[in-house]
Amino acid sequence: MSAIDGVVRRSTAPVTLATLATVNGYVVVAAVVLAGLLLFVAAMGARRLLAPRAATAATLTTYESGVDPVGGGWAQTQVRYFVFAFLYVIFAVDAVYLFPWALVVRDAHLGAASLVEIAIFVGILLVGLVHAARRGLLRWL
Amino acid sequence: MTPAVTTLVPAFEAVKVDYTAIAPILIVFGGSMVGVLVEAFAPRRSRHTTQVALTLVTLAAALGALLLWSRDNHAKTLGGSIVIDGPAVFLQGTLLVLSILGVLTMAEKWGGQDADAFTPMGAATPGSPQEAAAARAGFTTSEVFPLTLIAVGGMLLFPAAGDLITAFIALEVLSLPLYIMTGLARRRRLLSQEASLKYFLLGAFSSAFFLFGAALLFAYAGSLDFDKIASVTAAADPALEGLLVPGVLLVLIGLLFKVGAVPFHSWTPDAYQGAPTPVTGFMAACTKLAAFGAILRVAYVAFDGSRWDWRVEVIAVAILTMVVGSVLSVTQTDVKRLLAYSSVAHAGFILVGVLAFSRQGVQGVLFYLVAYGFTTIAAFAIVSMVRAGGPDGSVGSEASHLSQWAGLGKEHPVVAGVFAFLLLAFAGIPLTSGFTAKFAVFAPAVADGGRAGVTMAIVGVLCSAITGFVYVRLIVLMFFTEAGSDEVEVLVPSALTTVAVTVGTAATVLLGIAPGLVLSLADSASQFIR
Repeated sequence: MSAIDGVVRRSTAPVTLATLATVNGYVVVAAVVLAGLLLFVAAMGARRLLAPRAATAATLTTYESGVDPVGGGWAQTQVRYFVFAFLYVIFAVDAVYLFPWALVVRDAHLGAASLVEIAIFVGILLVGLVHAARRGLLRWL
Repeated sequence: MTPAVTTLVPAFEAVKVDYTAIAPILIVFGGSMVGVLVEAFAPRRSRHTTQVALTLVTLAAALGALLLWSRDNHAKTLGGSIVIDGPAVFLQGTLLVLSILGVLTMAEKWGGQDADAFTPMGAATPGSPQEAAAARAGFTTSEVFPLTLIAVGGMLLFPAAGDLITAFIALEVLSLPLYIMTGLARRRRLLSQEASLKYFLLGAFSSAFFLFGAALLFAYAGSLDFDKIASVTAAADPALEGLLVPGVLLVLIGLLFKVGAVPFHSWTPDAYQGAPTPVTGFMAACTKLAAFGAILRVAYVAFDGSRWDWRVEVIAVAILTMVVGSVLSVTQTDVKRLLAYSSVAHAGFILVGVLAFSRQGVQGVLFYLVAYGFTTIAAFAIVSMVRAGGPDGSVGSEASHLSQWAGLGKEHPVVAGVFAFLLLAFAGIPLTSGFTAKFAVFAPAVADGGRAGVTMAIVGVLCSAITGFVYVRLIVLMFFTEAGSDEVEVLVPSALTTVAVTVGTAATVLLGIAPGLVLSLADSASQFIR
């Protein structure tokens, strides 16, 4: 495993923060996961110990933002919310791809080519938006 | 850690793009974008005609570009992400021809206003006022054509992908439109929606397998390029050996899912039955072709060095696929499900050719995909012609139950005769393309595949006999059984379906009688660029 990060493990050195970082990437990952689990267990345990408990029928039902819980899990939702998903894909996801482009757009070698490429990329998204608009999907019914 | 990080992220560098080599892919994607705009702006009355014409012109232009430029312009381009070589060009050409036939069958109106097989609105039944209202509102059914073009673009990219990321993108680009197209059937809506949902969920599941395998292989080789994976495998670093085989197998699972190999086949009968029949034909022929193209490339380029580590598992999958596909096809009572299980069995036969690991094996697989594609599209086109009588003379839903096919040969000898011939081709009777194709995949397996190859060929021949029984039973049902009480009519096809059926059947005959030309083409195309 030491071949990955190119660091040789020193087994005799005392465990300090500095050596911990160089031991092995996987140990660090495992420690983070463990710490996360521990935090969760500690928080839930503390709540269990500190909070008063009143196990009546009303307190055991699903909590639904102060409203009486209605129906099962298979509730129907408005299909119009898919428009939000659509807009999210068009306007938010493409922004993610614009950031790396912004890094290289002033580069002498890449600037022109990347400008054309990003124009094609945004153009394809615009085609989708135009299609949706023409189909009346952006009108709130 | 800092120096390691900076070397991991090199400076951006523009890649060289060989536009002539990838012109067919660009043309198809460009056409699909125009198709989306046509869908948005063309008036409703002319939309169907415009879309069909645009789709066919795009596919024909891509085929022209392929024949004129890409054929003699083998190249690794886009930094090795796309590899246009013999097998890629051969499969892309076949794919374009098959998708032209598929689009012809999808465009069939059967005397109506729009493409008959597709619904303008999921909640409306055929012929209802709701459907008429949906059509008036402009929700026409022509959106299937841009979706087809996008799927075809992904399929063109899939066998040409030179790294796992490109392969994954191609896989998604071809799959997502197919999930939607599966759910567009106008009749038997619930079946269609169920098929679409199952296909989507299991497809997403298999994509996850593919990605997880790709991640393991990246950890193993430090790169997603097929060449790099191959060279790292050749160097055989024992420290990371444990990542290689799981990675390879997970990637192969993702790909085997798409061809419907057992035990990853459970979506196949449902999706094939629920999808609109023209889409089923397109899906069966073209998806299988693209996915086997990708399987060939990973098996022969990326994972070639490690093949002794994963071959046994895939051999087991191939044998299982042949046996389960052919045995379960015996019990089917629905024509579309029967053809679906037969397609599962065919996937097994093709895998036998893949596992020969020789040039002849590649040639056999390429030939098999051509032969199977033409026969399948024609067969599903005929299935879409046989209808149960609708109310007051309108076009009814497909009479896909086997009992409704009883005695069809007496009333409609030509249609039943052509279908019987196509079934014989599926069975692999001599003088049909099916026989040549089976010979082309079993012979290299026996010659180069060692004991496992011989075993698979024997199982393959036995399973062919089982499927042969299924097809002959259907032929007997059509010609030598009295018709049942159900009213079944055979619609008179327009020029579109007629052309598709004629070309498909003619190809089935020609590839059976004179396979030399395509075989030699496949042979000259069977060399991968590494």
